[in-house]
Amino acid sequence: MTVPAMLRDAGLAALVALALALPVVGIRTVDTGAVLGLDYRFGWVAIAVGIVFGGRLTALLLYDRLPRGPRRIRTKGLAGRSRTLVRYAAVAFIVFAAALPQLPFSDRYVVDTATQVLIYVMLGWGLNVVVGLAGLLDLGYVAFYAVGAYSYALLAKNFGLSFWECLPLAGAFAAFFGILLGFPVLRLRGDYLAIVTLGFGEMIRILLINWTTLTGGPNGLTSIPRPDFFGLAFTRSPAAGETAFHEFFGLAFSTQHRITFLYYLILILALVTGWAVERMRRLPVGRAWEALREDEIACQSLGINRTTTKLTAFAIGASFGGFAGSFFATRQGFISPESFTFIESATILAIVVLGGMGSQVGVVLAATVLVLLPEVFRDLAHYRMMVFGLAMVLIMVWRPTGFVTQRTPTVRLSDFTPDPGAAR
Amino acid sequence: MSEPLLSVRNLTMRFGGLTAVDDVSFDADQGAITAVIGPNGAGKTTLFNCLTGFYRPSSGALHLQAAGHVHRLERMQGHRIARRARVARTFQNIRLFPGMTALENLLIAQHNDLMRASGFTFLGIFGWPGYRRAEAAAVEKARYWLARMGMEERGDDLAGQLPYGAQRRLEIARAMCTEPVLLCLDEPAAGLNPRESAELNQILLLIRREHGCGILLIEHDMSVVMGISDRVVVLEYGRKIAEGTPAEVSRDPNVIRAYLGEEESAA
Repeated sequence: MTVPAMLRDAGLAALVALALALPVVGIRTVDTGAVLGLDYRFGWVAIAVGIVFGGRLTALLLYDRLPRGPRRIRTKGLAGRSRTLVRYAAVAFIVFAAALPQLPFSDRYVVDTATQVLIYVMLGWGLNVVVGLAGLLDLGYVAFYAVGAYSYALLAKNFGLSFWECLPLAGAFAAFFGILLGFPVLRLRGDYLAIVTLGFGEMIRILLINWTTLTGGPNGLTSIPRPDFFGLAFTRSPAAGETAFHEFFGLAFSTQHRITFLYYLILILALVTGWAVERMRRLPVGRAWEALREDEIACQSLGINRTTTKLTAFAIGASFGGFAGSFFATRQGFISPESFTFIESATILAIVVLGGMGSQVGVVLAATVLVLLPEVFRDLAHYRMMVFGLAMVLIMVWRPTGFVTQRTPTVRLSDFTPDPGAAR
Repeated sequence: MSEPLLSVRNLTMRFGGLTAVDDVSFDADQGAITAVIGPNGAGKTTLFNCLTGFYRPSSGALHLQAAGHVHRLERMQGHRIARRARVARTFQNIRLFPGMTALENLLIAQHNDLMRASGFTFLGIFGWPGYRRAEAAAVEKARYWLARMGMEERGDDLAGQLPYGAQRRLEIARAMCTEPVLLCLDEPAAGLNPRESAELNQILLLIRREHGCGILLIEHDMSVVMGISDRVVVLEYGRKIAEGTPAEVSRDPNVIRAYLGEEESAA
């Protein structure tokens, strides 16, 4: 690239920066007592544009000096080792996750954030069945999360069912809604499917807002029963005839108990989800999902019923969303349609895509990054979403197909010793 | 040979004003290789799509005789043709599952049996021993077909990364893993070099000899058609113009005209 071309390129980048910085950085609203006034900071805009111009020019100059050659793409090599590696990583992760509340640095904030990460890990694993394995782009996944949350809240409040009784019911309701969504979209793929699922997610949210008699409308549902530890409540002064957790174990009352219990609860739920999804991937049903993603026509020619295969993917993905929703409701004690907006669906989908479609380990990495990044940059106040966006762009430049791109085969020929007698 | 394996009767397939297959009738015998040939656009692939449930014929009947039961293919739902009537097919442009290994491709072909063995996932998820045995047997069948196709070493390679010829053979192996009574091959020799075509001939003869399934073959490669077919059906513009042994068909004036064009009378 010649120097004038570089200057032009850098100028273009600066122009984009100007267009972005002018409204974002240049204008600030200030409270002037009675009315909202505007404060102009064009000096800052100039600095931002200057940095982008200089940075782009430096990057181009440096890039020009780099040795050129075809970029190496690693396709194989880790195949054998990666399996044991993944296993060790999984064990290390579980041990760390189990020990987390006991570690010296962990306090209420750490455990709460970790709980948040695990909710997204669970949702990511659930959505991975639909998007990663079956290849059905679902932009309305939050609908099942909402169905699970409202199922738990309504069943627990109106019928006095316990968390463990509600959990399978919430999963079943979510699965039912998954099938309900699945039927009309059986013939759709790609963009069209994405639009319909997006609409479905909004429909559920709007239903929750407007069905005031059942759902409480925009006000949501309050005082949802909190979970108990095998009948022991996490309260300072339990109701008559009940025993509280701290009384039973002879501990001093601490709000931390409930938070730690909730953390372990979601850890167990998430691990069960991960285990179930990974097992299913290796079963005929999981292979059929992946085959459906690869080639539907070929599936039909092999006698695979596309309808039931797709519906099972929707139903199972949805039921995990429903479980996670129940947990969310019991943790918060309050739910409203506000919690189930499109941005939630987008976040969960981003976790799946960022992790690498279909990868279980990738979901854990991506959920951690997506939850922790905004927390780490909390000090940057309203610039943190900008940093967050920048981080997402960088990740996608660095790893365009997600963190983990290696797909582990569901079965290997070398795992089965040849049996000469069995050949037909 | 008492009853034919497949009998096509007055099959017609119309797309709007276009009649792609026009009143075609022929039989394909048990354990025989029947070739369907014809110039481009003669309706061969449309015929296959009707047979394998991708199109519903406008009129006509497709009867498949298997194990003393007559399946009426023209009335069956797509995936049931493969599952119940046991008609398997390959595609003109290879349709493997490219991101999955060769072995996985062959296991997906045994989906319905494995699904039943896994108790529709409910038993399999807990590692039920019956499912493990069924899976081991399925892998063994896959290994057999990989060996037959000369690619035993490549079972754990991604199907999409196999050489072209191996992909063609893998697709045939995958179709055979469904244990078909009728195997429909849509241009299996397309893109193969002469040596690979000769190998393909051997494979098809072996399938017929050892597995006794009938083969229906669309092919342009005359070395394949003439070398191994028992019967040849010739289509042109959707109509059947000739039928017979390879030798008869190659002498048929209608066929020569269709392929080489009209001889000018006063040349």
